[in-house]
Amino acid sequence: MDERAKKISVSQVSKIFGKNTKKATQLLNEGQSKNEILKQTGATIGVNQANFDVYDSEIFVIMGLSGSGKSTLVRTLNRLIEPTTGDILIDGKNITKMSKDELRETRRKKISMVFQKFALLPHRTILENTEYGLEIQGMAKDHRKQKALDALKLVGLEGYENQYPDQLSGGMQQRVGLARALANDTDILLMDEAFSALDPLIRKDMQDELLDLQSSMAKTIVFITHDLDEALRIGDRIALMKDGVIVQIGTPEEILMNPSNQYVERFVEDVDLSKVLTAQHVMKRAETVQIDKGPRVALQLMKKLGISSIYAVDKKKNIRGIVHASAAKEAVDSRKTIEEILDTNYQTVTEDTVLTDLFDIVSTASIPVAVVNENGRLNGILVRGAVIAALAGNNEAINDFEHDTSTTQDQSNKEVY
Amino acid sequence: MEESFIPKIPVASWIDAFVDWLTVTFAIVFDGITIVLEAIVNGMNTVLMAIPALILIIILALLAWKLASKGIALFTLIGLLLIQNLGYWEGMLQTLSLVLTSVIITVIIGLPIGVWASQKRTVRQIVTPILDFMQTMPAFVYLIPAIFFFSIGVVPGVVASVIFAVPPTIRLTILGIQQVPTDIIEATEAFGSTVKQRLLKVQLPLATPTIMAGINQSIMLSLSMVVIASMVGAPGLGADVYRAVTQIQIGTGFEAGLAIVVMAIILDRLTQNIGKKKN
Ligand SMILES: Nc1ncnc2c1ncn2[C@@H]1O[C@H](COP(=O)(O)OP(=O)(O)OP(=O)(O)O)[C@@H](O)[C@H]1O
Ligand SMILES: [Mg+2]
Repeated sequence: MDERAKKISVSQVSKIFGKNTKKATQLLNEGQSKNEILKQTGATIGVNQANFDVYDSEIFVIMGLSGSGKSTLVRTLNRLIEPTTGDILIDGKNITKMSKDELRETRRKKISMVFQKFALLPHRTILENTEYGLEIQGMAKDHRKQKALDALKLVGLEGYENQYPDQLSGGMQQRVGLARALANDTDILLMDEAFSALDPLIRKDMQDELLDLQSSMAKTIVFITHDLDEALRIGDRIALMKDGVIVQIGTPEEILMNPSNQYVERFVEDVDLSKVLTAQHVMKRAETVQIDKGPRVALQLMKKLGISSIYAVDKKKNIRGIVHASAAKEAVDSRKTIEEILDTNYQTVTEDTVLTDLFDIVSTASIPVAVVNENGRLNGILVRGAVIAALAGNNEAINDFEHDTSTTQDQSNKEVY
Repeated sequence: MEESFIPKIPVASWIDAFVDWLTVTFAIVFDGITIVLEAIVNGMNTVLMAIPALILIIILALLAWKLASKGIALFTLIGLLLIQNLGYWEGMLQTLSLVLTSVIITVIIGLPIGVWASQKRTVRQIVTPILDFMQTMPAFVYLIPAIFFFSIGVVPGVVASVIFAVPPTIRLTILGIQQVPTDIIEATEAFGSTVKQRLLKVQLPLATPTIMAGINQSIMLSLSMVVIASMVGAPGLGADVYRAVTQIQIGTGFEAGLAIVVMAIILDRLTQNIGKKKN
């Protein structure tokens, strides 16, 4: 991850609302709390000395309770809110030092934004709304129309060009908001609670769609939410805010497994593990037999392991089929090869399938379900008992994480048993 | 007479001196304004008079149908026919010319001031108390300087009407622009709009219904000034009412008053719907 270019680099950014910002800054540097500073100076701390980097084509989620400073922080990134102190580099350029013209150019070409309440222009059609960002750049009418139509197509709103925002449902309006941001073709997308105003089902659809778009367009996305489930679903990394302070930054797993303090712990304790844990977390090592070995070898292996079937793989570890003990026994007698007795009637899931989705498959399968990566390589198998144990919250059924935890602010995560 | 603690402050003579100074210093400006305003009012009046009454009535009724409703169209038709029948057609056209001219000037002055004030807090802080002052001052008072600068006739009438009628246009322009939701403003900013683009593409279009409501109020206020304007010699229905009042002719006064009311209703309904029709 660290080899990727830093798209956004935030260092020591604070935002203080109110008059007495000098005194407040001083108190902030002395380490006083938000409440203490409010009492002494009347100034509100929006963001308190935030430091983080967002890498190219990453979805970086900022999460926190209401009033924790998420909106303020994301608005400092395109200077809708002027940070009181600190530096923000966008592609290496310090946006806090830009002139008005440079800033406008950056907003037009580099950063676009999607808003919680959609913020569409009610007097313009969907097409005109989507064109807005290009129109103000002076792009020729035909050209911008084509771009806007492409963007609308991406979000599945073909045919709605000539409607007005109030004729569309909330979910559709937010698609327009997204299309408007995409039409500008910026590398960076800021999304402030973009899906919070949508009902749960639509919201999930939109999350899926965002992930889809992300896999094809590779934008750098800063996504604000106060919903942990949403953060875990879409975030490559998550920053947790409290009272303007970023208390932890890490991958979803790191946040869940190693909450850096009580605040994070409280945040994650209610999380539904079945929606977070994936096949990768509960799979067992897959015992396999090479396809070019004889049935006798397969039989021997099964006997030794005490199992009644085994996956047959080729040199690249791609699954070719499953060998049942009974079929292997017959093959030994009738001198057949493994290839000839393969059962191809097996089920596979990908590593990132979440537990809730696994449960149905595993509970109806008569043979262990294969876990494969995107290339079809066998990575492990799912045993019904282990999946159920994990669902029941048994930590022993959950595999360890071999990911690095270096981005966690709190380094004391290596516990000694 | 009550005794004052300090000698009377000579506000009246200060104002007199100031007005005298203005009249002399800006004589050319005032003459220029007089010529222009007179030309607009008279030109408008001449054009309106050139159209046969019946045709104009039908045009206005059709306009009412298009902008408002069938009912309003019918009312326009009957109301104008009545005015014509009672013999107030010419007076009505003179009044209409005066009111329309006032409103055009009101919009030309009020809209930019409103827009400016909506963008700048300091301007707003200066403009608002002036508007309060203008609206609480009795309308009669405006006549006196108006006569001074523009002598008598229709021009001081227009000027007094404009001063009296401009506040709602300014106020509602400010309000309309400020009412544009902050997230929409944020969005236009986030996409890199210039101030002009934000104003022309977002704020003004979204403020239009509110601004139109302000202009509508301005029209009503300037119509309510016609009787007062007639005191300085502005012709029209106002003059008819004024004459009837001074000569205590109740019947005539009622007829002329009725004509003004009919005009007021038609103008109100027509302009009320201009802003709304679009949305
Ligand atoms: N314009 C402002 N003036 C003064 N204080 C402000 C302003 N905007 C935000 N704040 C304060 O800054 C703090 C952070 O607010 P912010 O809107 O960033 O929170 P948030 O995390 O986005 O909350 P929510 O989930 O409710 O949107 C709050 O204490 C808020 O009261
Ligand atoms: Mg917020």
